[in-house]
Amino acid sequence: MAVIWDGIVQALKMIVGLNRDLIVILLTSLKVTGTATLIAMLLGLPLGVWLGLSEFKGRKFLVILTNTGMALPPVVVGLFVFLMLSRYGPFGGLDLLYSPRAMIIAEVIIATPMVIGVTLATVQALDQKLVAQIVSLGATRFQLFIKVVREARLGLLAAVTAGFGAIISEVGAVLMVGGNIKGQTQVLTTAIVQETRQGHTAIAIALSIILLALAFLVNWVITVAQQKNT
Amino acid sequence: MSEPLTAVRNILVRKSGRTILDVPSLDVKTGETLALVGQTGAGKSTLLNVLGLITRPDRGQIFWRGDVVKGGLPGSDVRRRISMAFQSPLLFRGTVRENVAYGLKVRRVPPADITKRVVAILEIFGIADRADANTESLSGGEAQRVSLARAVVFEPALLLLDEPMASLDPGTRDKLIREVTSIIKELGLTCLYVTHSREEAYAVADRLAVIDAGRVAQLGSPEDVFYRPATAAVASFVGTENILPATVFDTAEGLARLRIDGGASETLIEAVTPAVPGSVVTVCVRPEEVAIDSMTPRATGSRRNHLAGKVIGVTILGPTARITVDCGFPLAALITRRSLDELALAPGVPVIAGFKATAVHVIQ
Repeated sequence: MAVIWDGIVQALKMIVGLNRDLIVILLTSLKVTGTATLIAMLLGLPLGVWLGLSEFKGRKFLVILTNTGMALPPVVVGLFVFLMLSRYGPFGGLDLLYSPRAMIIAEVIIATPMVIGVTLATVQALDQKLVAQIVSLGATRFQLFIKVVREARLGLLAAVTAGFGAIISEVGAVLMVGGNIKGQTQVLTTAIVQETRQGHTAIAIALSIILLALAFLVNWVITVAQQKNT
Repeated sequence: MSEPLTAVRNILVRKSGRTILDVPSLDVKTGETLALVGQTGAGKSTLLNVLGLITRPDRGQIFWRGDVVKGGLPGSDVRRRISMAFQSPLLFRGTVRENVAYGLKVRRVPPADITKRVVAILEIFGIADRADANTESLSGGEAQRVSLARAVVFEPALLLLDEPMASLDPGTRDKLIREVTSIIKELGLTCLYVTHSREEAYAVADRLAVIDAGRVAQLGSPEDVFYRPATAAVASFVGTENILPATVFDTAEGLARLRIDGGASETLIEAVTPAVPGSVVTVCVRPEEVAIDSMTPRATGSRRNHLAGKVIGVTILGPTARITVDCGFPLAALITRRSLDELALAPGVPVIAGFKATAVHVIQ
């Protein structure tokens, strides 16, 4: 019990003292997850809105594919990206393995179906006549997209949050393709695994507190935004 | 005759293997208000959506000022000449002003013009004082006014209204129907107006198209459709409660005498019809055309038909009452509450039901 208590105290000291190692890990996490979330959003929002608004043959198949994508085991994604980027893989020549870019690629693959899926559900939950109404007022396809995004913005915020949440807490895939290299590809989750294994309880607890605080902060901002608009 | 603004030819819409719309031809004349009426599920909204280029028909062509419409993609030229409002106001988040400005904004109208035109249209619809209100704070009537103002602010060539009054309370509805009818005329809009309410259709329409089971059952002036229905289904829709099978007995001087088939009565009904003796027809008499008198003879004016019978049913409908009289066949009459009380009508009371020969519409 004393070890745990001691760990918590030390962890708080490290956080308050802006421990350099902690800052580097946090920044790497934010950079990788932030970039991946942004890319997933840019890909997923238009695709989700399009899937939610369109009717065509094969749409159902794409929806099933999206839902499957939402349930993709991250380690499988990690393995897939690893194989693609490994020296003998088709993209081995790009020399991306064990770099933040490789981690971003894996995270985009995990987060994009999340963003598409939640966006799709949000758009489908809109009154279907609203779409006819927007078009009948003269909107072009692009103007329709913008209007739908505005009308459904709270749900779309949730879509982006779901994507962010799926990858900030992810450990398997980023470990496989990033390699957990200190100062380069070590992120909050992989660092927690390593520090715990090596018996560095204090730093592991400190990292966990930061990870929780980050999740809380993101959800707090989103909740405030949602309450403001309802 | 001027070219129709829009027209459809050989339109067919199918859904899950069932034909829900089959319209060989329909023209919408410039400047007219054409009401599409019919029961719920008859296909009126589908026809509206086809004309509004929202639903693509499985077959057929849509014409715009004589030219075939190809595609009709969102934002295309023809699409932008057509506007639409629905039963639900479907307002966007934001203020009344922002909502009404939307159609102008997507057309890249300069901001100064937008402000002017929005204010002008809000004044026409009597909601200028609510311009900066959030749409969530509006009453049902106000919200529908905003929706209608938003649909007409960019002066569409064709306005499509899909049951625009259906979710309003009766008082608000009657007032808004009168206002919207005069605004449509004032702005010179061509309008297609879908409603399942025959009173509303009668009030707004220059012409009526009765849609029944996906087809146009009758197209004509409100008077034509209400007083000279083409089929029993149209007659029933426009409120003709007395629809009876009959055979022409004889004719003289433009008047025909008809015997109601299957009834116990030997009384002949006089009607104005060119039908020849022996032909089987359908007799339609609107209930408000039927007068009820006590058995004591009174001056009956020009009424040619007098049928003796007994009251078999009385239904109070607010200020009026529906009386069903058994005169060998059941005959419905609509009378005032005052008459009901004066004549002390109740089931079993003997009465005389009377109506003019000209009040009888005969479907051959």
